[in-house]
Amino acid sequence: MSRRVLITGLGPVSGLGLGIDENWSAATEGRGAVRRIKNFDPSGFACHVAAEVAELKVKKFVPKSYRKATKVMARDIEMAVVAADFAAKDAGLATPGTLDNGDECSYDPARVGAQIGAGLIAADINELTMALAESKDADGKFDIHKWGEEGMQHLTPLWLLKYLPNMLASHVAIIHDTQGPSNTITCGDSSSGLSIGESMRVIQRGSADAGFCGGAESKINLMAFMRQEISDRLCNDLNEIDGGVAKVFDEASTGMVLGEGGGIVILEALETYEERVKSEGHEPYCELAGFGASQTVHRESRNWKTDPKGRSIASAIKMAMREGGVEADEIDVIYPYGSGMPDYDAGEAAALKAVFGERLSEIPVVAMKSLLGSCGAGGGALDVCIAAKSVKEGIIPAVVGRENPIAGVKGSNASESKEIGCALVLSTGVGGQNTAILLKKHRA
Amino acid sequence: MSRRKASERVVVTGIGWITPLGHSIEEVWGNLLAGKSGIGKTKHFDASTFPTTFSAQVKDYDYRQYVKHPEVHEGVGLNTAYALGAAGQAWKCAGLDEFEAEGKLNPERLGIYLGSGEGSLDFDNYVGSNLQAWSADDREIESVSWAEMAKKRFETVCENEQEPNMPLTHLALEFGAMGPAYNCLTACAASVQAIGEATDILRRGDADVMITGGAHSMIHPFGVTGFNRLTALSNRNDDPTTASRPFSLDRDGFVLGEGAGIMILETLEHAEARGATILAEIAGYGSTADAYRITDMHPEGRGAGGAMTGALTDAARSVAEVDYISAHGTGTKENDSIETKGIKAVFGEHAPNVPISSVKSMMGHLIAAAGVCEAIVCVLGIRDQKLPPTINLNNPDPECDLDYIPNVFREKKVEVCLTNSFGFGGQNDTLIIEKV
Repeated sequence: MSRRVLITGLGPVSGLGLGIDENWSAATEGRGAVRRIKNFDPSGFACHVAAEVAELKVKKFVPKSYRKATKVMARDIEMAVVAADFAAKDAGLATPGTLDNGDECSYDPARVGAQIGAGLIAADINELTMALAESKDADGKFDIHKWGEEGMQHLTPLWLLKYLPNMLASHVAIIHDTQGPSNTITCGDSSSGLSIGESMRVIQRGSADAGFCGGAESKINLMAFMRQEISDRLCNDLNEIDGGVAKVFDEASTGMVLGEGGGIVILEALETYEERVKSEGHEPYCELAGFGASQTVHRESRNWKTDPKGRSIASAIKMAMREGGVEADEIDVIYPYGSGMPDYDAGEAAALKAVFGERLSEIPVVAMKSLLGSCGAGGGALDVCIAAKSVKEGIIPAVVGRENPIAGVKGSNASESKEIGCALVLSTGVGGQNTAILLKKHRA
Repeated sequence: MSRRKASERVVVTGIGWITPLGHSIEEVWGNLLAGKSGIGKTKHFDASTFPTTFSAQVKDYDYRQYVKHPEVHEGVGLNTAYALGAAGQAWKCAGLDEFEAEGKLNPERLGIYLGSGEGSLDFDNYVGSNLQAWSADDREIESVSWAEMAKKRFETVCENEQEPNMPLTHLALEFGAMGPAYNCLTACAASVQAIGEATDILRRGDADVMITGGAHSMIHPFGVTGFNRLTALSNRNDDPTTASRPFSLDRDGFVLGEGAGIMILETLEHAEARGATILAEIAGYGSTADAYRITDMHPEGRGAGGAMTGALTDAARSVAEVDYISAHGTGTKENDSIETKGIKAVFGEHAPNVPISSVKSMMGHLIAAAGVCEAIVCVLGIRDQKLPPTINLNNPDPECDLDYIPNVFREKKVEVCLTNSFGFGGQNDTLIIEKV
C-alpha cells in the first residue's frame, strides 16, 4: 500500500504575479497578463506579445549568505528560487532558506527531495556576444582561433553554470537544504508535470517524506522566441492587446502566447504533514491522488504536433484516475494543457471527449495559458498551483477568451463557487510526453 | 538473495552503446579490456587554440543503419543519432525485434526514461547573426534586425532538435513506445538516475519494458569553452591518450567525450515469460543531493556516500558482498579524492578489498551518457567475469589509496557491482547491478 501524498504549499510565479494570492485573484477575475514584450523590441517578429513576469528581485528571496550566488542564476533559475521561497513559506516550513534565527528546520534534510523541471536555458545573448565581438578578424568576421586563445577569457569562469538545467534544482536544494533524491526533468512543456509525478513516486516508495517539485522557464528571449516563431507556433492576431487574454480551445485561436514563470509545489506524506503541523492551524490544499504518464507517437509530424485523436493523452488520464480510484463522472474541473495551438487544442479536446463523452460540454475546462501564457517547463506546475487552490477553496476560476469554443468544450464562464471533489491537470507538448495529475479534496 | 517478487524485480535484457571506443557491444568492451584510449585531437570544430585541443570523439558513425523509420529522424543532432544506434543494438540484443514482429509487444506498456543532454547550438548561424546585429555603442544586440535575419538563417529542424527531450522523442517514434516517457538532465548523473527511476516505474507495474540510458555530446565550441572556463578539463595537449588519469597524482581534469548507452529493462516476470536472455539485475538504486555548493562537491563526500548507502540498502546487500565498483572517477582533483573518501566512509575496513576502476580513463567523460556506459561495464563484467582497468595510473595519489585495477584488466568472480555517478551541481546516483 503506497503512502498518501498531500499538496501543502504553493509557489507560483507568473505574469499574473508572485505567490498564490496574486495568481489566484487574477485567475478568479479572469485577468490576463498578455501585453507587448518589454524584454526586447519584438517588432522584428510577427508576434509582439507575451506574458512577462513584471518584477523579480531574486536577492530578496534568498538568505543574505546566498546573495552572491544569485549572480550565476539565469532567469529560469531565479524564477524557480523565488517560487521555492513562496512555496516553503506557504507550507509553513521552516528551512535554512526561510527560518528566522532560533527556529528549527521543519524536516530532516535527508528525507526531502527536489524534482524541478527545466527547459533549454538560453545564454544571455548580450553577455555572450560582447565576448564574441572581441574575437573578430580583420574583415570583421568571427575568428575561432582568437576565441580559443583569449576571447573566451571575457566570459566569467562560472559562465556555464548559469545555463545548466539542473541548476534550478541545485540552487533550491542548497538554499533549503534538501538532501534527498533530486532530479531535473527536461521534457519541454511536460517537464513540471512529470517532476510533480516523480516527486510523488519518490515519497510513495519511501525514498523521501516530502519534496519541492515543479519547474520554471522563460522563452522571452531572442533565441527561444525565434525558435517558436520559425516553428509557426505563435499567435499572430493579438499584437494590439494590453493586459488581455489569449484564446484557447476557441475556433479563432491562431497559436500560443508565450509566457514565463513556473511554480514550486510542496508535497508531503500524509503522516509527515500531520506530525509536523499537529499544533498549528495550517490546512493542506488537497491530496495528490493519482498520476499518469504516456508518450504520443505521431510520425506524420515527427511529434511536433499531437495525435489528432489524443489517444495517449487519454491513456495518461485513465492511468491517473485508476490510481486515484475515481471514475470520469467524478471529475469536477479540468486544467488542460490548452495552449491555443489549434492542432494541440484539437487533439486534447478529442482525448477529453473520449474520456468524458457528452458530459465534457458541462465540465469547466480552465486553460490558465489564456491568462499567463505558455511557460514551458513551468506551465504544468502553474496549473497545479491554481488547481490545488481551487480544490481547497471550492471555487472554479473564470474561463475567458472562449467565445466560440471548439466542438464539445465548454465556453467562457465567470468564476463560480462549487464543491470540487476531484480536479484533473494535464500537460503535453512538442515531443509528445503527456502527464495527467489527479487532485482530490482532502478529507481528514 | 532478492526479497522482491518476480513482478517487482528488474532485469537487464539488452544493452548497446555508441562510444569513442567503437559502435558495438563487443568492440567497445574489447577495447576497454585491452586498455585502449579513444582520445585524440578534436575534429568536430577547430579547437587548435583552445586551452584543450583534444577530446574523445565518436568516429565514422552513421545512425541510418540502425533505424527502421529514417524519414522521422532526418536532421537529428549528434545526441539523438548516438541514442538511435545504441538503442538499435539494445533492442536487438534483447530479442525485442522478434517479440514485436510476433505482435506480442504492447506499445502502451513500453516506456522510455533517458538521461540525455541537449543538442548542440547552431554555432555558425548563432555567432554570425549576433555579430551582425551587435551594436558596439549600446553594447547590445539590435533585436529587430537580429530577428529579421535570424528568421531566415536558422533552420526549424535544427532548432527544435536542440531540446533535450529529442533523443527520447526519436526513440519513441522509432520503437512506437507509448508508455511513461521521461528525460532527465542532472548533468553527469543523468543516465544512471534515468536507469534508477526506470527501475521504479517497472517495480510499480506502470510498464512491462523500459528503454533507458542516455546520450550526449558537448564537443562543440561553447561546450568546450564552458568547461575550459571552469578549468575542469585536462590541458595535456601534447599527449591526449594519457590525459585522462583518474586517481593519479598528476591528474589535471577530465577529458570531454560523447556518445550514448542504452539498456532494455523489464520485470523478471516479463523477461522469463517471453524467454529472454537475462544479463543482470538492477537490484538497488540510491539518489541524493549534496545541497552544498554549485561549484564543489561536499568535502566529505556526504551526498556520494548517501547514494551508495541508499543503493546498498535498496538491494539488501552488505558492503562485503560488493565485487566491483565502477567509479565516477572523472580525473579531476576534487572528484577522485572525494569519491575515494566516500567509498572509504561507506565500505570501512572492506574498502581496500574492492576492485574499482574508471573507464573514463579510456572513453573520456560522456557527461549525461557516462553513467549508463559504466553500468553496461558492470553488466559485461558479470557476463565475462572480467573487469576493465583504469589506464594511465602509474603515479598514484596518496589520497587515492584503494585498488583501482591499474592499467591491466583483471579476471575475477563478479556477482555484485556498484556504479556511481555524481552530477555537477550535486545530484548523486548509485546503482547496484547483480548477477541473477
